[in-house]
Amino acid sequence: MSFKGRDIVSINDFSKADILHILKVSQEMETDQPNLLKGKILSILFFEPSTRTRLSFESAMCRLGGKVVGFSDEKVSSIKKGETIWDTIKMADRYSDVIVIRSPIEGSARLAAEASSVPVINGGDGANQHPTQTLLDLYTIQKAKGKLDGLKVGFLGDLKYGRTVHSLAIALSHWKSDLYLIAPDALQMPVHYLKDLEEKGIKCQQTTDVFSVSKDLDILYVTRIQQERFPEPMEYEKYKHTYRLDNSLLNHIKKDLKIMHPLPRVGEISPELDDTKHAIYFEQAGNGVTVRKALLALVLGKVN
Amino acid sequence: MKKIERKVPAIKDGSVIDHIPSRETFRIIRILNPQEFINPISVTLNLDSKKMGKKGVIKIDDRFLTKDEVDKISILAPNATVSIIRNYKIEKKIEVKIPKEFIGILICSNPMCVTNKEEIVTKFKVVRDNPLELKCQYCERVYGKDDLEIKRK
Repeated sequence: MSFKGRDIVSINDFSKADILHILKVSQEMETDQPNLLKGKILSILFFEPSTRTRLSFESAMCRLGGKVVGFSDEKVSSIKKGETIWDTIKMADRYSDVIVIRSPIEGSARLAAEASSVPVINGGDGANQHPTQTLLDLYTIQKAKGKLDGLKVGFLGDLKYGRTVHSLAIALSHWKSDLYLIAPDALQMPVHYLKDLEEKGIKCQQTTDVFSVSKDLDILYVTRIQQERFPEPMEYEKYKHTYRLDNSLLNHIKKDLKIMHPLPRVGEISPELDDTKHAIYFEQAGNGVTVRKALLALVLGKVN
Repeated sequence: MKKIERKVPAIKDGSVIDHIPSRETFRIIRILNPQEFINPISVTLNLDSKKMGKKGVIKIDDRFLTKDEVDKISILAPNATVSIIRNYKIEKKIEVKIPKEFIGILICSNPMCVTNKEEIVTKFKVVRDNPLELKCQYCERVYGKDDLEIKRK
Protein backbone atom coordinates (compact mmCIF):
# COMPACT_ATOMS: atom_id res chain seq x y z
CA MET A 1 0.00 0.00 0.00
CA SER A 2 1.52 3.34 -1.02
CA PHE A 3 0.41 6.70 0.27
CA LYS A 4 3.07 8.62 -1.64
CA GLY A 5 1.65 11.87 -2.98
CA ARG A 6 -1.74 11.29 -1.40
CA ASP A 7 -3.73 14.13 0.19
CA ILE A 8 -5.20 13.78 3.68
CA VAL A 9 -8.34 15.90 3.35
CA SER A 10 -11.24 13.98 4.88
CA ILE A 11 -11.54 10.80 6.92
CA ASN A 12 -14.29 9.83 4.47
CA ASP A 13 -11.63 9.36 1.78
CA PHE A 14 -10.04 6.49 3.74
CA SER A 15 -11.07 2.83 3.76
CA LYS A 16 -10.77 0.62 6.82
CA ALA A 17 -7.61 -0.92 5.33
CA ASP A 18 -6.11 2.57 4.77
CA ILE A 19 -6.79 3.55 8.38
CA LEU A 20 -5.34 0.31 9.76
CA HIS A 21 -2.24 0.84 7.68
CA ILE A 22 -1.77 4.38 9.03
CA LEU A 23 -2.18 3.06 12.59
CA LYS A 24 0.42 0.35 11.93
CA VAL A 25 2.94 2.89 10.58
CA SER A 26 2.16 5.15 13.57
CA GLN A 27 3.22 2.35 15.86
CA GLU A 28 6.54 2.11 13.98
CA MET A 29 6.98 5.86 14.52
CA GLU A 30 7.11 5.40 18.29
CA THR A 31 10.85 4.78 17.80
CA ASP A 32 13.14 7.66 16.80
CA GLN A 33 13.96 8.07 13.11
CA PRO A 34 15.82 11.39 13.13
CA ASN A 35 16.91 11.39 9.48
CA LEU A 36 13.85 9.99 7.74
CA LEU A 37 12.68 13.34 6.32
CA LYS A 38 16.06 15.06 6.10
CA GLY A 39 16.02 17.65 3.31
CA LYS A 40 12.23 17.86 3.22
CA ILE A 41 10.27 21.04 3.95
CA LEU A 42 6.78 21.30 5.40
CA SER A 43 4.70 24.45 4.80
CA ILE A 44 2.36 25.23 7.65
CA LEU A 45 -0.40 27.54 6.40
CA PHE A 46 -2.66 28.26 9.35
CA PHE A 47 -5.35 30.86 8.75
CA GLU A 48 -6.74 30.54 12.28
CA PRO A 49 -5.18 29.98 15.70
CA SER A 50 -4.19 26.50 16.81
CA THR A 51 -1.92 25.19 19.52
CA ARG A 52 -1.84 21.40 19.40
CA THR A 53 -2.20 20.84 15.67
CA ARG A 54 0.48 23.33 14.69
CA LEU A 55 2.94 22.38 17.42
CA SER A 56 2.52 18.66 16.87
CA PHE A 57 3.03 18.97 13.10
CA GLU A 58 6.14 21.08 13.69
CA SER A 59 7.39 18.65 16.29
CA ALA A 60 6.67 15.64 14.03
CA MET A 61 8.58 17.21 11.13
CA CYS A 62 11.54 18.19 13.36
CA ARG A 63 11.70 14.75 14.98
CA LEU A 64 12.00 13.18 11.52
CA GLY A 65 14.79 15.59 10.50
CA GLY A 66 12.71 17.84 8.24
CA LYS A 67 12.29 21.62 8.27
CA VAL A 68 9.21 23.81 8.69
CA VAL A 69 8.21 27.14 7.11
CA GLY A 70 4.91 28.98 7.33
CA PHE A 71 2.59 31.14 9.38
CA SER A 72 -0.17 30.59 11.87
CA ASP A 73 -2.08 33.82 11.70
CA GLU A 74 -4.11 35.07 8.78
CA LYS A 75 -3.00 38.64 9.54
CA VAL A 76 0.58 37.91 8.47
CA SER A 77 -0.41 36.22 5.20
CA SER A 78 -1.45 37.78 1.92
CA ILE A 79 -4.97 36.41 2.39
CA LYS A 80 -5.48 39.59 4.39
CA LYS A 81 -4.61 41.52 1.22
CA GLY A 82 -7.23 39.55 -0.69
CA GLU A 83 -5.10 36.74 -2.08
CA THR A 84 -7.12 33.59 -2.71
CA ILE A 85 -6.38 30.22 -1.11
CA TRP A 86 -5.79 28.88 -4.62
CA ASP A 87 -3.02 31.41 -5.31
CA THR A 88 -1.49 30.96 -1.85
CA ILE A 89 -1.19 27.21 -2.45
CA LYS A 90 0.19 27.68 -5.97
CA MET A 91 3.01 29.60 -4.32
CA ALA A 92 3.52 27.32 -1.29
CA ASP A 93 3.77 24.12 -3.32
CA ARG A 94 6.87 25.55 -4.96
CA TYR A 95 8.42 26.34 -1.58
CA SER A 96 7.87 22.96 0.10
CA ASP A 97 7.40 19.21 -0.26
CA VAL A 98 4.19 18.92 1.76
CA ILE A 99 1.58 21.41 3.00
CA VAL A 100 -0.61 21.48 6.10
CA ILE A 101 -3.50 23.92 5.90
CA ARG A 102 -5.95 25.04 8.57
CA SER A 103 -8.73 27.51 7.88
CA PRO A 104 -12.19 28.38 9.22
CA ILE A 105 -13.48 28.10 5.64
CA GLU A 106 -15.05 24.70 5.05
CA GLY A 107 -13.73 22.86 2.03
CA SER A 108 -10.55 24.96 1.90
CA ALA A 109 -8.35 21.86 2.27
CA ARG A 110 -10.09 20.14 -0.65
CA LEU A 111 -9.54 23.23 -2.77
CA ALA A 112 -5.91 23.40 -1.64
CA ALA A 113 -5.41 19.75 -2.61
CA GLU A 114 -6.79 20.51 -6.09
CA ALA A 115 -4.44 23.48 -6.46
CA SER A 116 -1.32 21.80 -5.10
CA SER A 117 1.24 19.63 -6.84
CA VAL A 118 2.55 18.38 -3.47
CA PRO A 119 0.52 16.47 -0.86
CA VAL A 120 -1.88 18.55 1.25
CA ILE A 121 -2.88 17.60 4.79
CA ASN A 122 -6.00 19.13 6.29
CA GLY A 123 -5.26 20.58 9.73
CA GLY A 124 -8.95 21.45 10.21
CA ASP A 125 -11.37 23.24 7.89
CA GLY A 126 -13.93 25.01 10.07
CA ALA A 127 -16.80 22.82 11.22
CA ASN A 128 -16.05 20.24 8.54
CA GLN A 129 -13.07 17.88 8.88
CA HIS A 130 -9.97 17.36 10.97
CA PRO A 131 -8.79 13.96 9.74
CA THR A 132 -5.45 13.86 11.56
CA GLN A 133 -7.35 14.33 14.85
CA THR A 134 -9.59 11.39 13.97
CA LEU A 135 -6.59 9.22 13.16
CA LEU A 136 -4.84 10.12 16.41
CA ASP A 137 -8.08 9.44 18.30
CA LEU A 138 -8.30 5.97 16.73
CA TYR A 139 -4.63 5.36 17.48
CA THR A 140 -5.19 6.39 21.12
CA ILE A 141 -8.18 4.06 21.48
CA GLN A 142 -6.29 1.17 19.92
CA LYS A 143 -3.29 1.78 22.15
CA ALA A 144 -5.39 2.06 25.31
CA LYS A 145 -7.74 -0.83 24.61
CA GLY A 146 -5.60 -3.08 22.42
CA LYS A 147 -8.39 -3.18 19.84
CA LEU A 148 -10.97 -1.13 17.98
CA ASP A 149 -13.59 -3.83 17.50
CA GLY A 150 -16.87 -3.86 19.35
CA LEU A 151 -16.18 -1.10 21.87
CA LYS A 152 -18.86 0.88 23.67
CA VAL A 153 -17.98 4.51 23.08
CA GLY A 154 -19.74 7.48 24.68
CA PHE A 155 -19.56 10.94 23.14
CA LEU A 156 -20.36 13.78 25.51
CA GLY A 157 -20.79 17.51 24.95
CA ASP A 158 -21.35 19.35 21.71
CA LEU A 159 -22.33 16.64 19.26
CA LYS A 160 -24.03 19.09 16.93
CA TYR A 161 -21.09 21.27 15.94
CA GLY A 162 -18.22 19.03 17.09
CA ARG A 163 -16.39 17.90 13.98
CA THR A 164 -14.11 15.55 15.94
CA VAL A 165 -17.17 13.67 17.15
CA HIS A 166 -18.73 13.39 13.69
CA SER A 167 -15.56 12.10 12.06
CA LEU A 168 -14.65 9.69 14.86
CA ALA A 169 -18.19 8.26 15.02
CA ILE A 170 -18.18 7.62 11.27
CA ALA A 171 -14.65 6.15 11.40
CA LEU A 172 -15.58 3.86 14.31
CA SER A 173 -18.44 2.46 12.25
CA HIS A 174 -15.81 0.34 10.45
CA TRP A 175 -15.40 -1.56 13.73
CA LYS A 176 -19.06 -1.93 14.71
CA SER A 177 -18.87 0.04 17.93
CA ASP A 178 -21.95 0.82 20.00
CA LEU A 179 -22.27 4.58 20.37
CA TYR A 180 -23.81 6.50 23.27
CA LEU A 181 -24.57 10.10 22.36
CA ILE A 182 -24.76 12.21 25.51
CA ALA A 183 -25.79 15.85 24.95
CA PRO A 184 -28.57 18.37 25.56
CA ASP A 185 -31.27 17.81 22.93
CA ALA A 186 -30.29 21.03 21.14
CA LEU A 187 -26.69 19.83 20.76
CA GLN A 188 -27.41 16.26 19.69
CA MET A 189 -25.80 14.62 16.67
CA PRO A 190 -27.23 15.96 13.36
CA VAL A 191 -29.81 13.70 11.75
CA HIS A 192 -27.82 12.96 8.59
CA TYR A 193 -24.96 11.50 10.65
CA LEU A 194 -27.45 9.38 12.60
CA LYS A 195 -28.94 8.15 9.33
CA ASP A 196 -25.45 7.35 8.04
CA LEU A 197 -24.58 5.40 11.19
CA GLU A 198 -27.88 3.56 11.13
CA GLU A 199 -27.26 2.51 7.52
CA LYS A 200 -23.86 1.19 8.55
CA GLY A 201 -25.55 -0.96 11.20
CA ILE A 202 -24.28 1.04 14.18
CA LYS A 203 -26.37 1.13 17.33
CA CYS A 204 -26.73 4.65 18.73
CA GLN A 205 -28.34 5.48 22.04
CA GLN A 206 -29.13 9.12 22.75
CA THR A 207 -29.39 10.54 26.25
CA THR A 208 -28.92 13.78 28.19
CA ASP A 209 -27.73 12.00 31.34
CA VAL A 210 -24.15 10.74 31.40
CA PHE A 211 -24.75 8.66 34.53
CA SER A 212 -27.50 6.67 32.85
CA VAL A 213 -24.99 5.07 30.47
CA SER A 214 -21.53 5.59 32.01
CA LYS A 215 -21.41 2.07 33.55
CA ASP A 216 -21.54 0.51 30.06
CA LEU A 217 -18.73 2.51 28.49
CA ASP A 218 -15.21 1.47 27.46
CA ILE A 219 -14.36 4.97 26.19
CA LEU A 220 -15.86 8.33 27.13
CA TYR A 221 -14.96 10.98 24.55
CA VAL A 222 -15.64 14.42 26.01
CA THR A 223 -15.81 17.59 23.92
CA ARG A 224 -15.87 21.27 24.65
CA ILE A 225 -18.99 23.30 23.93
CA GLN A 226 -17.37 25.43 21.21
CA GLN A 227 -18.30 29.07 21.50
CA GLU A 228 -16.91 29.88 18.05
CA ARG A 229 -19.33 27.50 16.28
CA PHE A 230 -22.53 28.94 17.78
CA PRO A 231 -24.40 31.32 15.49
CA GLU A 232 -26.08 32.93 18.56
CA PRO A 233 -24.03 33.93 21.67
CA MET A 234 -27.15 33.45 23.83
CA GLU A 235 -27.36 29.82 22.77
CA TYR A 236 -23.77 29.29 23.86
CA GLU A 237 -24.45 30.87 27.26
CA LYS A 238 -27.34 28.44 27.76
CA TYR A 239 -25.23 25.33 27.27
CA LYS A 240 -21.66 26.21 28.20
CA HIS A 241 -21.75 24.63 31.67
CA THR A 242 -24.04 21.69 30.93
CA TYR A 243 -21.50 19.02 31.88
CA ARG A 244 -18.65 19.02 34.35
CA LEU A 245 -17.08 15.67 35.09
CA ASP A 246 -15.31 15.20 38.41
CA ASN A 247 -14.46 12.43 40.86
CA SER A 248 -18.16 11.71 41.43
CA LEU A 249 -18.07 9.99 38.02
CA LEU A 250 -15.73 7.32 39.37
CA ASN A 251 -18.53 5.48 41.21
CA HIS A 252 -20.48 5.10 38.00
CA ILE A 253 -17.96 3.64 35.55
CA LYS A 254 -16.17 0.42 34.60
CA LYS A 255 -12.75 0.14 36.19
CA ASP A 256 -11.02 0.26 32.80
CA LEU A 257 -12.98 3.17 31.31
CA LYS A 258 -10.72 5.62 29.48
CA ILE A 259 -11.62 9.31 29.20
CA MET A 260 -10.52 11.18 26.08
CA HIS A 261 -10.79 14.84 25.04
CA PRO A 262 -9.42 16.53 21.89
CA LEU A 263 -8.52 19.60 24.07
CA PRO A 264 -8.59 22.44 24.84
CA ARG A 265 -10.97 21.85 27.73
CA VAL A 266 -12.80 24.72 29.40
CA GLY A 267 -14.32 23.12 32.48
CA GLU A 268 -15.90 19.93 31.11
CA ILE A 269 -13.37 17.79 32.97
CA SER A 270 -12.21 18.79 36.43
CA PRO A 271 -8.41 18.60 36.89
CA GLU A 272 -9.05 16.20 39.79
CA LEU A 273 -9.60 13.47 37.19
CA ASP A 274 -6.21 14.12 35.54
CA ASP A 275 -4.25 11.86 37.85
CA THR A 276 -6.64 8.93 37.67
CA LYS A 277 -5.85 5.93 35.45
CA HIS A 278 -8.95 6.81 33.43
CA ALA A 279 -7.65 10.10 32.02
CA ILE A 280 -5.74 9.65 28.76
CA TYR A 281 -6.31 13.05 27.14
CA PHE A 282 -2.74 14.26 27.47
CA GLU A 283 -1.46 10.96 26.15
CA GLN A 284 -3.94 11.46 23.30
CA ALA A 285 -2.40 14.89 22.55
CA GLY A 286 1.05 13.28 22.63
CA ASN A 287 -0.07 10.63 20.15
CA GLY A 288 -0.75 13.52 17.77
CA VAL A 289 2.98 13.80 17.11
CA THR A 290 3.36 10.06 16.48
CA VAL A 291 0.44 9.86 14.04
CA ARG A 292 1.49 13.04 12.23
CA LYS A 293 5.02 11.67 11.88
CA ALA A 294 3.49 8.61 10.23
CA LEU A 295 1.34 10.72 7.89
CA LEU A 296 4.22 12.97 6.82
CA ALA A 297 6.47 9.96 6.17
CA LEU A 298 3.71 8.17 4.25
CA VAL A 299 2.66 11.02 1.94
CA LEU A 300 6.32 11.85 1.25
CA GLY A 301 6.88 8.21 0.28
CA LYS A 302 9.57 7.59 2.91
CA VAL A 303 7.69 4.63 4.35
CA ASN A 304 5.23 2.29 2.69
CA MET B 1 -64.20 7.49 -33.38
CA LYS B 2 -63.72 9.21 -30.06
CA LYS B 3 -62.27 12.64 -30.47
CA ILE B 4 -59.11 13.19 -28.46
CA GLU B 5 -59.12 16.55 -26.84
CA ARG B 6 -55.65 18.07 -26.81
CA LYS B 7 -55.35 20.16 -23.67
CA VAL B 8 -51.87 21.39 -24.50
CA PRO B 9 -51.29 22.89 -27.95
CA ALA B 10 -48.77 21.05 -30.14
CA ILE B 11 -45.53 22.74 -31.13
CA LYS B 12 -43.74 22.52 -34.47
CA ASP B 13 -40.14 22.60 -33.20
CA GLY B 14 -38.83 22.71 -29.66
CA SER B 15 -38.86 20.83 -26.34
CA VAL B 16 -41.66 19.36 -24.30
CA ILE B 17 -41.18 18.56 -20.63
CA ASP B 18 -43.87 16.22 -19.39
CA HIS B 19 -44.67 14.42 -16.13
CA ILE B 20 -43.57 17.27 -13.89
CA PRO B 21 -44.97 17.25 -10.35
CA SER B 22 -47.42 20.21 -10.57
CA ARG B 23 -45.87 22.03 -7.60
CA GLU B 24 -42.42 22.02 -9.24
CA THR B 25 -43.53 23.38 -12.62
CA PHE B 26 -42.79 27.05 -11.95
CA ARG B 27 -39.43 26.25 -10.33
CA ILE B 28 -38.46 24.41 -13.50
CA ILE B 29 -39.44 27.39 -15.65
CA ARG B 30 -37.33 29.58 -13.43
CA ILE B 31 -34.18 27.46 -13.86
CA LEU B 32 -34.69 27.44 -17.64
CA ASN B 33 -34.10 31.17 -17.56
CA PRO B 34 -37.01 32.22 -19.80
CA GLN B 35 -36.16 35.92 -19.61
CA GLU B 36 -32.95 35.25 -21.54
CA PHE B 37 -34.87 33.94 -24.57
CA ILE B 38 -37.64 35.22 -26.77
CA ASN B 39 -39.13 31.77 -27.45
CA PRO B 40 -42.79 31.28 -26.55
CA ILE B 41 -43.32 28.99 -23.57
CA SER B 42 -46.65 27.36 -22.74
CA VAL B 43 -47.30 25.97 -19.32
CA THR B 44 -50.12 23.74 -18.23
CA LEU B 45 -50.68 22.88 -14.58
CA ASN B 46 -52.83 20.35 -12.80
CA LEU B 47 -53.43 18.03 -15.73
CA ASP B 48 -54.86 14.68 -14.68
CA SER B 49 -52.27 11.92 -14.67
CA LYS B 50 -52.86 8.26 -13.86
CA LYS B 51 -49.40 7.86 -12.36
CA MET B 52 -48.97 11.20 -10.63
CA GLY B 53 -52.46 12.41 -9.82
CA LYS B 54 -51.77 15.90 -11.15
CA LYS B 55 -48.91 16.91 -13.39
CA GLY B 56 -47.46 19.89 -15.20
CA VAL B 57 -46.32 20.16 -18.83
CA ILE B 58 -43.97 22.82 -20.29
CA LYS B 59 -43.58 23.39 -24.01
CA ILE B 60 -40.87 25.63 -25.36
CA ASP B 61 -40.90 26.67 -29.00
CA ASP B 62 -37.69 26.57 -31.03
CA ARG B 63 -35.42 25.76 -28.10
CA PHE B 64 -33.73 22.39 -27.63
CA LEU B 65 -32.75 21.63 -24.07
CA THR B 66 -29.12 20.78 -23.29
CA LYS B 67 -27.85 17.96 -21.06
CA ASP B 68 -27.07 20.49 -18.31
CA GLU B 69 -30.63 21.75 -18.45
CA VAL B 70 -32.02 18.22 -18.33
CA ASP B 71 -29.77 17.48 -15.31
CA LYS B 72 -31.18 20.56 -13.58
CA ILE B 73 -34.71 19.33 -14.27
CA SER B 74 -33.84 15.94 -12.73
CA ILE B 75 -33.30 17.59 -9.34
CA LEU B 76 -36.90 18.80 -9.20
CA ALA B 77 -38.63 16.25 -11.41
CA PRO B 78 -36.67 12.98 -11.56
CA ASN B 79 -39.52 11.19 -13.35
CA ALA B 80 -40.10 13.84 -16.02
CA THR B 81 -39.67 13.16 -19.73
CA VAL B 82 -38.16 15.57 -22.22
CA SER B 83 -39.07 15.25 -25.89
CA ILE B 84 -37.32 17.07 -28.69
CA ILE B 85 -39.83 17.95 -31.38
CA ARG B 86 -39.03 18.66 -35.04
CA ASN B 87 -41.72 19.34 -37.56
CA TYR B 88 -44.45 18.21 -35.12
CA LYS B 89 -42.79 14.83 -34.63
CA ILE B 90 -40.86 13.52 -31.64
CA GLU B 91 -37.28 13.31 -32.87
CA LYS B 92 -35.78 12.19 -29.58
CA LYS B 93 -36.90 11.39 -26.05
CA ILE B 94 -34.36 12.30 -23.42
CA GLU B 95 -34.56 10.24 -20.29
CA VAL B 96 -34.43 12.49 -17.27
CA LYS B 97 -32.06 10.69 -14.95
CA ILE B 98 -30.42 11.93 -11.79
CA PRO B 99 -26.69 11.98 -12.62
CA LYS B 100 -24.09 10.74 -10.11
CA GLU B 101 -22.83 14.27 -9.62
CA PHE B 102 -23.82 17.84 -10.42
CA ILE B 103 -20.98 20.05 -11.57
CA GLY B 104 -21.42 23.82 -11.63
CA ILE B 105 -25.21 23.54 -11.38
CA LEU B 106 -25.97 24.05 -7.69
CA ILE B 107 -25.06 26.73 -5.14
CA CYS B 108 -23.95 25.48 -1.70
CA SER B 109 -26.18 26.89 1.06
CA ASN B 110 -23.37 26.91 3.62
CA PRO B 111 -22.09 30.51 3.83
CA MET B 112 -18.78 29.19 5.23
CA CYS B 113 -18.22 26.85 2.26
CA VAL B 114 -15.18 27.72 0.20
CA THR B 115 -17.36 27.69 -2.95
CA ASN B 116 -19.05 30.83 -1.61
CA LYS B 117 -15.72 32.50 -0.84
CA GLU B 118 -13.68 31.85 -3.99
CA GLU B 119 -14.57 31.44 -7.63
CA ILE B 120 -14.85 27.67 -7.90
CA VAL B 121 -17.08 25.36 -9.89
CA THR B 122 -19.33 23.62 -7.35
CA LYS B 123 -19.50 19.82 -7.22
CA PHE B 124 -22.25 17.84 -5.55
CA LYS B 125 -22.41 14.06 -5.33
CA VAL B 126 -25.73 12.25 -5.10
CA VAL B 127 -25.72 10.27 -1.84
CA ARG B 128 -29.36 9.14 -2.01
CA ASP B 129 -31.81 9.05 -4.90
CA ASN B 130 -35.08 8.92 -3.07
CA PRO B 131 -35.51 11.29 -1.38
CA LEU B 132 -32.75 13.08 -3.22
CA GLU B 133 -29.77 13.98 -1.02
CA LEU B 134 -26.69 15.77 -2.30
CA LYS B 135 -23.29 16.23 -0.70
CA CYS B 136 -21.10 19.25 -1.39
CA GLN B 137 -17.67 17.91 -2.34
CA TYR B 138 -15.97 20.81 -0.60
CA CYS B 139 -17.67 21.44 2.76
CA GLU B 140 -19.16 17.89 2.79
CA ARG B 141 -22.59 19.07 3.98
CA VAL B 142 -25.52 16.95 2.89
CA TYR B 143 -28.66 18.65 1.57
CA GLY B 144 -32.18 17.78 0.43
CA LYS B 145 -33.22 19.14 -2.97
CA ASP B 146 -35.21 21.98 -1.42
CA ASP B 147 -32.22 23.22 0.60
CA LEU B 148 -30.15 24.13 -2.45
CA GLU B 149 -30.44 26.85 -5.02
CA ILE B 150 -30.08 25.85 -8.65
CA LYS B 151 -27.94 28.15 -10.78
CA ARG B 152 -29.91 29.78 -13.54
CA LYS B 153 -26.94 30.16 -15.83
